[in-house]
Amino acid sequence: MERVNGWLIDRRRWSLLSGLILAASLGWIWASAVPADATTAGRIPSPREGFLAPDFSLETLDGSMVTLADLRGQGVVVNLWASWCPPCRAEMPALQRAWEDYQDRGLVILAVNTTFQDSLPAAAAFVAEHNLTFPIPLDRSGSVSNRYLLRALPSTYFVDREGVIRQVVVGGPMSEATIRAGIEEILQDTR
Amino acid sequence: MLPILQVGPLAIQFPGLLLLAGVWIGTSLIDREAPRYKLSGALLNNLVFLALVAGILGARLGYALRFFDVYLGNPLDLLSINPNTLDVQAGLAAAFIAALVYGARKGLPLWPALDALTPSFAVLAIAIGLAHIASGDAFGRATDLPWAIELWGERRHPTQFYETLLAAGILAAALWLRRRTPFSGFVFLTWVALSAAARLLLEAFRGDSVIILGGLRQAQLAGFLILASALLMLHLLARRATVSGPNG
Repeated sequence: MERVNGWLIDRRRWSLLSGLILAASLGWIWASAVPADATTAGRIPSPREGFLAPDFSLETLDGSMVTLADLRGQGVVVNLWASWCPPCRAEMPALQRAWEDYQDRGLVILAVNTTFQDSLPAAAAFVAEHNLTFPIPLDRSGSVSNRYLLRALPSTYFVDREGVIRQVVVGGPMSEATIRAGIEEILQDTR
Repeated sequence: MLPILQVGPLAIQFPGLLLLAGVWIGTSLIDREAPRYKLSGALLNNLVFLALVAGILGARLGYALRFFDVYLGNPLDLLSINPNTLDVQAGLAAAFIAALVYGARKGLPLWPALDALTPSFAVLAIAIGLAHIASGDAFGRATDLPWAIELWGERRHPTQFYETLLAAGILAAALWLRRRTPFSGFVFLTWVALSAAARLLLEAFRGDSVIILGGLRQAQLAGFLILASALLMLHLLARRATVSGPNG
């Protein structure tokens, strides 16, 4: 330690050592510099923040078709739910209120029912009971839940106008402010 | 990559649990470290506790300020238990200020206190690496190397493992150095320098870097500035210690 201390105190030796370390650091920074488009974020589909939201086409409860990729230019909240899941039931009214307040500003809510592990009549009854007016895509085969690596219900993905996931909320119920702050973020035009 | 641990009906967010374990193990070291530097363990524990509380409050308030109108309409949601609605920078700033104010009021000497807390910081750095392994955050760039891992649609550098291994090595170095410390602040500043160098090194393999100034990785530049400051401070403290006597 005496020798280390000697190096530390001696201005010339320490300057030399520090200079070498810092020069090597700068060289490394330069060598590992990348062009601006070299991060994968936002281009590869994956169900996580910063990535392109995996696309899907599903039939909805009222019989029409919805495709996520067709909704570019709008902010999309993808919420995976089941009628038997208490936190899903708890947050749905707040989603409906947010939908009423934000749809004029370009918000779409896709409340994907995990039909493969739910019953269609129960899901329909739930939607009627809460007067939900946003589309309810039906994941009958479980393929969308699979693609979104669904591990807990509800799971919510906030997708911006360019189709990039900005926030993932696993579990619930989400508070009103959590939902609305997430929506405000995806509706901002610029990133 | 195991973001959620299923225990019966409970879905536990595993990365959060690992961070909590890191804080717990880290703080449990304080009582052992404090006497080495002739500090009160209780005082240091209070400081850390206060900083943690201030950090959480600051993080939530910082997030609420970003979405002021939303929280104005739903003020009770400030209390919601959701890690998504936290602003990390605001939290760190609040924790830092709280620790500084508390330390100053209690007359805690800065450098010995930081030295005493260094093993805790180093343990927390390992926990952060493990949390990244569990969540798949802080992921690497695409590569064909034989030890690449399949993650987020590509074969990538296992940066989370690099990070954890380096953090473990740095903890070992910090524990070794603290038995031979020549002056106050040496252990902490060496840990800062090593951690900054590690970040600077590993950021090159990351696939999620923030890019600035036409192609440079922001975290590397931050690491460079921190490394340079730590090297300079080491020199200044060493000189001050010789001027004021061998134990100064």
